[in-house]
Amino acid sequence: MSASTNSSGAILRANLAKDLRLEWRSKDALNAMGFFALLVVVIFALSFDPTAEESRRIAGGIFWVAFLFAAVVALNQTWAREMRNQVLDAYRVSPASASALFLGKVLGNFLFVGAIEAVVAPLFMVFYNLRPLGPAWQLIVVFLLGTWALVANGTFFAALSLRTRNREVMLPLLLFPISVPALLSMVEATTTILAGDGSAGMWMKMLAGYDVIFTVAGLLLFELVMNAE
Amino acid sequence: MSAPSKSHSLPADAATEEQRIALDRVSKVFGRVAAVRETSLEFIHSRIYVLLGDNGAGKSTLLRMMAGLAQPTSGSITLHGYTRERMGYMAHASLLYDELSGMENLRYFAQLYGMAANTDAVSRCAGVMSSVALDPALATPVRDYSQGMRQRLSLARAMVHSPQVLLLDEPFSNVDAASASQMTALLSKLRHAGCLIVLVTHQLSVVKDVGDEFITFRAGQLISSRRRGQLRPTDIIQ
Repeated sequence: MSASTNSSGAILRANLAKDLRLEWRSKDALNAMGFFALLVVVIFALSFDPTAEESRRIAGGIFWVAFLFAAVVALNQTWAREMRNQVLDAYRVSPASASALFLGKVLGNFLFVGAIEAVVAPLFMVFYNLRPLGPAWQLIVVFLLGTWALVANGTFFAALSLRTRNREVMLPLLLFPISVPALLSMVEATTTILAGDGSAGMWMKMLAGYDVIFTVAGLLLFELVMNAE
Repeated sequence: MSAPSKSHSLPADAATEEQRIALDRVSKVFGRVAAVRETSLEFIHSRIYVLLGDNGAGKSTLLRMMAGLAQPTSGSITLHGYTRERMGYMAHASLLYDELSGMENLRYFAQLYGMAANTDAVSRCAGVMSSVALDPALATPVRDYSQGMRQRLSLARAMVHSPQVLLLDEPFSNVDAASASQMTALLSKLRHAGCLIVLVTHQLSVVKDVGDEFITFRAGQLISSRRRGQLRPTDIIQ
């Protein structure tokens, strides 16, 4: 009886279901992340009084920076749960693959951050009186690719900082510099679509490339990170 | 706590003569501190080994190395006739999710060992829970369990995949006398079914009647190894 008799897909589903159940019961990450993102959006809306044109120019930056910071809250929580009662050791002694754990966490975080974005984005549009002049459906693609970039990278670096003394501080220090290319693509793509000047295709392709590279790198390296003493 | 159910966890296949774990001059060093020094031991199936010693003697580190959670700095640990997949490990921490119920915890860990989320797995988990005298229908999250209940659930988690080797770190801490006696009865049954059990404890009085060999460590070094009949009253007092 081994995990090989069970597919990695089943273990991935078990990990995802467990993470969703844990978050549903505690709501630690969702509450903190939602509150933080909303706070940033409201503070910026009250601090500036931009015209519609200016709003389109700055909205992408404000939105994604708010979510980059908010996602850190969820990412720290996701591994803190595994360290509480040393549950990660129970996973490590099992034959289940490290990549199933990593991918389960990435999917879970993607759903958490995506859910908060789905709530905050419409409010953001209202606060900043935004109406995209470019193809609005592309915003959804940018949101999906951008969110995946944040959580795939963030989940890996959160695991990397797991055993450091100040992991809450360490995660942004590791994550933010490496997220710069993705953040640039997200902001530029969002601004281009909102302002309706030109095509966001190049930025979206760059974002997709970034997602593929960092997801594969995370899957390949995660076992080393998980088993580090 | 009610009497243990008969549907307790027993290894699926019988032990063979070759089944043993051999430690050859195993050492573990953390920085400048040697937690385990040049330890050579052999653990044979169908026996209960009790590791004794003061805090910091290296018992838990040795158990972690046997579980594959830590690598020896030098020396080797060889499994003969065993695989890591068929090992069960119970740590000093509970290794349980506080927000999930006992049954939810067990079902999750059963899936990690390849048991599909079907009725067989559910009944298997329920059987293991009953074997440690916990009610499988209890929906209370683990955070509301008493310390003794957590310990028993932790033991159930370690047994959920019918392991051939059980590595138990302080299984009786915070467990009342009646529960401890039921746990030792369960361990004794598992031993008779061929399971190799290595446990770390400070409570020698609890296991003096079920342990087969008593191995004492001090400052990372193996001091003595005695069979049950060779135990001295001073060992039990220590």
